[in-house]
Amino acid sequence: MTRELITGNAAAAWGARLARADYLPAFPITPQTEIIETIARWSGEGVMDCRMVMMESEHSMITAAGAAAATGVRVYTATSSQGLLYGMEMLYTVAGWRAPFVMANVSRGLAAPITLESDHNDILAARDSGFLQIHCATCQEVLDVTLMAYRLAEDRRVRLPVIVNLDGFYLSFTREPVNIPGQDAVDAFLPAFDPGPATFRAGHPVSQAVAVLGGAPYSYFRYETALAAQAALDVYAAIGADFFARFGRRHGALERYRCEDAEIVFFMMGSFSTKAKEAVDRMREDGVPVGLLRLCMLRPFPTELLRSALTGKRAVAVIDQNLSMGKGGILHTEITSALYGYRNAPPIVTSFVGGLGGRDISIEEFFEIAAINRRASETGEIPPPRLLYTDTELREIRKLQAIAHVERQEEIVP
Amino acid sequence: MYRIRFHGRGGQGMKTASRILGTAFFIEGFEVQDAQRYGAERRGAPIFAYVRADRTAIHERGVIGRPDLVVVADDTLVPVSAAGVMQGIGPDTVLLIDSAESEKTWRERLNLQGPILVLPRLIPLEPSEMAYVGTECAAAAACLTGIISLASVRQAVQQELAYMKAGVVDRNVEIASGAFARMAAHSGIVQEGGTTSHHDRTVPSWVDLPADDIGESSPAIYGAATSVAVRTGLWRSMRPVVDTSRCNRCTWICGSFCPDSAIARGSEGYPQIDLDHCKGCMICVAQCPPHAIVAIPEAEAVAQEKEGAAS
Repeated sequence: MTRELITGNAAAAWGARLARADYLPAFPITPQTEIIETIARWSGEGVMDCRMVMMESEHSMITAAGAAAATGVRVYTATSSQGLLYGMEMLYTVAGWRAPFVMANVSRGLAAPITLESDHNDILAARDSGFLQIHCATCQEVLDVTLMAYRLAEDRRVRLPVIVNLDGFYLSFTREPVNIPGQDAVDAFLPAFDPGPATFRAGHPVSQAVAVLGGAPYSYFRYETALAAQAALDVYAAIGADFFARFGRRHGALERYRCEDAEIVFFMMGSFSTKAKEAVDRMREDGVPVGLLRLCMLRPFPTELLRSALTGKRAVAVIDQNLSMGKGGILHTEITSALYGYRNAPPIVTSFVGGLGGRDISIEEFFEIAAINRRASETGEIPPPRLLYTDTELREIRKLQAIAHVERQEEIVP
Repeated sequence: MYRIRFHGRGGQGMKTASRILGTAFFIEGFEVQDAQRYGAERRGAPIFAYVRADRTAIHERGVIGRPDLVVVADDTLVPVSAAGVMQGIGPDTVLLIDSAESEKTWRERLNLQGPILVLPRLIPLEPSEMAYVGTECAAAAACLTGIISLASVRQAVQQELAYMKAGVVDRNVEIASGAFARMAAHSGIVQEGGTTSHHDRTVPSWVDLPADDIGESSPAIYGAATSVAVRTGLWRSMRPVVDTSRCNRCTWICGSFCPDSAIARGSEGYPQIDLDHCKGCMICVAQCPPHAIVAIPEAEAVAQEKEGAAS
């Protein structure tokens, strides 16, 4: 084992390398490209024994990944944002094949307007695809969870592809100290993929992913997939326990930070949650009882764990780095549906949308979010959803609009 | 926690600078986070990178808003507001500028209370050595913290540049050592910044966005060819110059390879370079069949022009 400064992208590549991925269909897209560049370099140097193929699109890439996984080899691939959406048709398809592989998604906001920076609307568009989803907050977690994701995907009770999500820039291009485990330790944790009956050999042809006509067989296969996704919760907990025993680092479906005696809890996903930890520490110094609950696994959704973690809390502040047009923050919808009807649910669940397109969330904003929730828990009145946007930011956009407006006037008046 | 920001131009090695400093901190036993901010830039565009270092795990992320040290590798960036060099500079922030001008000049220009230091500009052995400015800035920054040894800086340079040729690495180590020594008088001037207090917090000035008319609220610019108004030529650190005595006037070659369409066929068929929009990528220099286009440092070219205008 070594401890090195590496980026989130390098951590993802290390995950694929240590998992001994056999086949890597690839297609470049910012901010993911460094993952496949790193693997291509290792492949060229001969330190990673794999077959890497550059495809002509993400649609083909995900098809190739699913097809290869269905033959029983271990597959890794990676994408981001527009690329994930371009491959969307095949996300649903290969999950329906029950083809297990691991794909990194490096979160980046979606067009339009086009951007390179991070938010979660890309990965949330894949929410209902049948891929399981694990969201990382640190570079270490990217590496560890990639290894755990193979165990999860390949487990016979699950057999579904898994997306490991890391935020663009905030993880992808950020170096942090990462423990890189030794190959022997990883081999002991993650043996070679044993596909069992789900294999394909040219000498023994089978028809996989056949068509069905009629709702009854269709419903059966879809519901079997849903049951497998549900089963992944317990399987992941067991994998997490084994990982902790071997490597000393704990990764689960939920992370609790200073939650035990907290009255107000931040609820969020991804790398911005470490900013929330900083805010929690500073508020605790000042005697404010706050904590953080981080959703690490979005699918399957850990409803029971969430309910238990929030029992007795006075207020939950949901911070969404995404926006469902005409509804609001998606995590807010997810958590309220999980809490509705639960006797011990916190009475106040508030909604904040921030961090869109890489927009930072300042520590003062976390402080204010906590203060709003404290007031709400005292009055019992839930404030309307709030976009984190300052008057300075609005002034800047007004300046840009003025420039665009003047040019439009010039066009009209010859 | 130490919070340090590097500002420079694409190609000057700001990412490498942040990584050398980050690794030097790491060698000294610090927890480290370093990152660079990519955009749609290319060579010559304003870019920045940053380093956080602390004795305990770092939870902060993203761009450093309140830096303890700001290092500027190209002093022409200081007045460019989009480059954000001055962002968050407070009375305790040390500003280190690689510049031919004096501390006094910068103090008068910027009207800053905090310490300003000038890193004496490296006299390059040849134009290609301008690329060493990143290493120089990293080593100078390391010295200013007062807690990183020269040995750690040298090791960090070797580690980060391990993929380069031995001679290049050695020259970088030499330059790092020189920059470290030049800053010795100011060793320890950069102090660790504290944490943000919850007790004395400021409340963010949030606004409710109005629902604007579609004429305002779609991402459109109502005008043609607006990019011409953006003088990307300001990004240039090297300038291509045509030696007409060698030029074959095959302008379609350099003109076709120019990624910015900044080369036109001028009088008598010689290439005419639009210096308002040439970003200094030097692809024309590489492609020119008779090797008639040479690269000279932009600062030198500007100085020559000034002399020409004066005489």
